Amino acid sequence: MKLKKGKLLIDQHDKNGFWGGKFGGNFIPETLKKPIGDLTVLFEKLRRDKNFLKERDYYYTNWVHKGPTPFIKLENLTKYLGGAQIWAKVVSEARGGAHKIYGAITAAMLCKRMGKKFLVTDTGAGYNGKMFSIAGKHFGLKVKVFMGFKDILRQKPNCDAMRANGAEIVPVYTGSQTLVDAVSEVMRYWVSNNDTTHLGVGSTVSSNIFVKICGWSTAQISRELKKQILDEFGKFPKKVKLLNCVGGGSSAYGLWSEFIDFSKRQFDFIGIEAAGPKNSKLHAAPLSMGAKLGVLHGSMAYCCQDKEGQINETESISAGLDYPGVSPLHCYLKDAGRAHYVARTDEDALEAYKTVTKYEKLNPSLEPCHAFAEAIKIAPKLSKETILIVNSCGDALKDRDILRQRLGKLK
Amino acid sequence: MSISPISLAFKKCKEEGRPALLTYTVAGDNTKKKSLEILNSISNHADICEIGFPHNTPIADGGQIQTSAYRAIKNGIRMKDVFQIVKNFKKNKNVKPVILMGYYNMIYQYGENKFLKKCKQVGVNGLIVVDLPWPENRIIAKKCKKNSINFIQLLSPTTSRTRMKKIIKDSHDMIYYISMLSTTGGKLKVSPKEILENYNKIKKINKSKNLVIGFGITIKTISSLKKADGLVVGSALCKEISKSIKNRQNPVTNVSNMVKNLRAKLS
Repeated sequence: MKLKKGKLLIDQHDKNGFWGGKFGGNFIPETLKKPIGDLTVLFEKLRRDKNFLKERDYYYTNWVHKGPTPFIKLENLTKYLGGAQIWAKVVSEARGGAHKIYGAITAAMLCKRMGKKFLVTDTGAGYNGKMFSIAGKHFGLKVKVFMGFKDILRQKPNCDAMRANGAEIVPVYTGSQTLVDAVSEVMRYWVSNNDTTHLGVGSTVSSNIFVKICGWSTAQISRELKKQILDEFGKFPKKVKLLNCVGGGSSAYGLWSEFIDFSKRQFDFIGIEAAGPKNSKLHAAPLSMGAKLGVLHGSMAYCCQDKEGQINETESISAGLDYPGVSPLHCYLKDAGRAHYVARTDEDALEAYKTVTKYEKLNPSLEPCHAFAEAIKIAPKLSKETILIVNSCGDALKDRDILRQRLGKLK
Repeated sequence: MSISPISLAFKKCKEEGRPALLTYTVAGDNTKKKSLEILNSISNHADICEIGFPHNTPIADGGQIQTSAYRAIKNGIRMKDVFQIVKNFKKNKNVKPVILMGYYNMIYQYGENKFLKKCKQVGVNGLIVVDLPWPENRIIAKKCKKNSINFIQLLSPTTSRTRMKKIIKDSHDMIYYISMLSTTGGKLKVSPKEILENYNKIKKINKSKNLVIGFGITIKTISSLKKADGLVVGSALCKEISKSIKNRQNPVTNVSNMVKNLRAKLS
C-alpha cells in the first residue's frame, strides 16, 4: 500500500470511494444514495468555487480565531522532561474551544447552499455539538445534536453551551449510550429526514464524502502550522514528530494533512488512541490493538468488534475518543506505514493533565491529554533537536466534573 | 432454469388475486426456540418469511426492530443459530420461502463465500443486505445467482429513474420498494395513493419483476396497498413480540394471530 504524492490524502480514493483499495467506501442504505450523491456533487463543485473558498477563509482565519491558533513552545515542560522540545498547536483557542468548529462551519455553509434549514450532527465529547450549535446560530439554522445519554451526563458544560445556543440535544439511550450510538441514531434520523435536513458528521468517519468534507475542514490546522513552523524555525526542522489523539481521527488528519508528503524521518506522525481504564478489557483503540476490518457507519475500517461482526462496547474517560471505529484515512496511513498508532490509558491521560497544567498555562481536555501522555513518555529519550508538536485540540472546561472527581481540587 | 420458490409464491398469490404477504421477524427474538416457533406458526398465513440476522449497529432500523435485534443478541444468538433456525424451519411441511435480511458486516466477517454456501445448504431462497446498495452489491448479487439465491435489490423514493432502470436491470425475481423516507417501522407519512403511484412507475419499467412494498405497513394500512405484488410487515410484528413479553403473554400466539389478521385483510 503506497501513498501518492502531490495529491491530498482525502482525494486518494478510487472511484468506489476506497482508500488503498479497501478502506472507506459507501455502505449505506439505498435511501441515502441520492442525498449523498447530491452532497458529493455539490461539495466537489464548491471546493473549487472562489466565492465559497473566500467565505470559508474568512471564517477559518478571522471568525474561528483572529489569525492562526497559537503555536507555542512549552518551555517549562521541555525543561522538566529534559529531552526533545515540546511545542503545542493550541487549537483549543479556536472559537468554542476545539477543532470541531471547522467542520461545523463547512457543514453550515453547505446546508445554506443546499437551501436546507435543518442541520443535524452527532457528538461524543460535546464539542462537535457545541460547534454546530454556534455555527447554526450564526447561519440561522435549526440544529439537532444526537448525543449518547452517558455522554450528556459526563460532558455537561458542553451540553449547557449547546442549549444556550438554541440547539436541541437528542439523547440516545441505545447500546452503550456513547458516540457510536449517537452516530447510528443521527444516520437513522437522516434516512428519514434527508429531504429537509443536512447531516454533518462529527469526524472523518462514515461514508466517503463525510470523511472528505471533515478532513477538508480540519486541514486548516495543518495549513496554519506549516506557516508557523517556517516563521518559528526559518525552515522545516530535520526531526519533527506530530502527536495527536485519535478517536474518529478528524483532528489528527487536520494536523498531519500538509506534512504527509514529507519523509517520515522528517515529519513523523504518532496517533494516540484511548486504551481505556488500566487493565480494562474494553478500549477504543482499533488501530493500536489490532482490530479487524469491518463496516461501521457506512465505511470499511478497522473496528473493535467480536468474531461475528457485532460492534464492541468501548470504554474511555474521554468521550471524544470513546468510539469503536476510526477513520479510513488513518487505516490507510497505518497500512502504508506513514503513521503509527499507540494507546494510552485513562490514568496516563489524567497524569498527563496534572503534569501539563502544573508546568504550563494550558488546559488540555482529556482527549489531547492522551497525546501529551505519549509526549511526556518519549520526550526524555529524544535529542534536544527533536521537535515534538502536540495538537492541544480541546479545552478541559468540558471535563470539569470528571477532573474534579478523579483528581480532587482543580487549580 | 426452474422457477424459484420465491417466484412460485408470487405466482400462486396472483392466481388467488391478492398480494403476497411477507413477514419479517428477527432470528432469536425473543429466544432461539421461540423465534422458530413463531416462524412455524406464521408460516400458515404468510407467503414468504423474511428472517433478520441481528446486528447491534443497525443504521436503517427503527426502534421496534432495534429492540428485537438487541433482545436476540442479548439472548446469545450467533450466526450458526440463525442458520440452524432456517434449517429447522425448512423441515416444516408447510414451509415458505425464506429471505435472510441483515447488515453487511455480519456477512463480511463470516466470509461472503462461506456465508452463501451455508445459505444454500440450509435452504435460504433470498438475501437482502440493507447497507450494500447497488452497484456495490453487484459482486455478491452475482454470487447469489450462482447459488440459486435471489438477491433482492431495494428501491426508495429517493432513487432516480435512471438509477432505478439500472438497478432493475441487475435485479433478480423480486424487488423491494421502500415506501417512504424512513427507517423501518416509521409511521406511514405518505398517502397510500402516492406510494402506489410510485409503485406503478417502477412496475412500468419491468412488469415481470415481483415488486413488494415495505416500511410502515400495519394492520391499519395494509389493505390500502393491496394492488402491490407483495407487502412486507416487520416492525408491527416485532412490536407485538415486545408487547407480549411485557404483558407476560405468549408471543407465538399473538404474532401468529396478527399475521392471520393481516392475511385476512388481503383476501
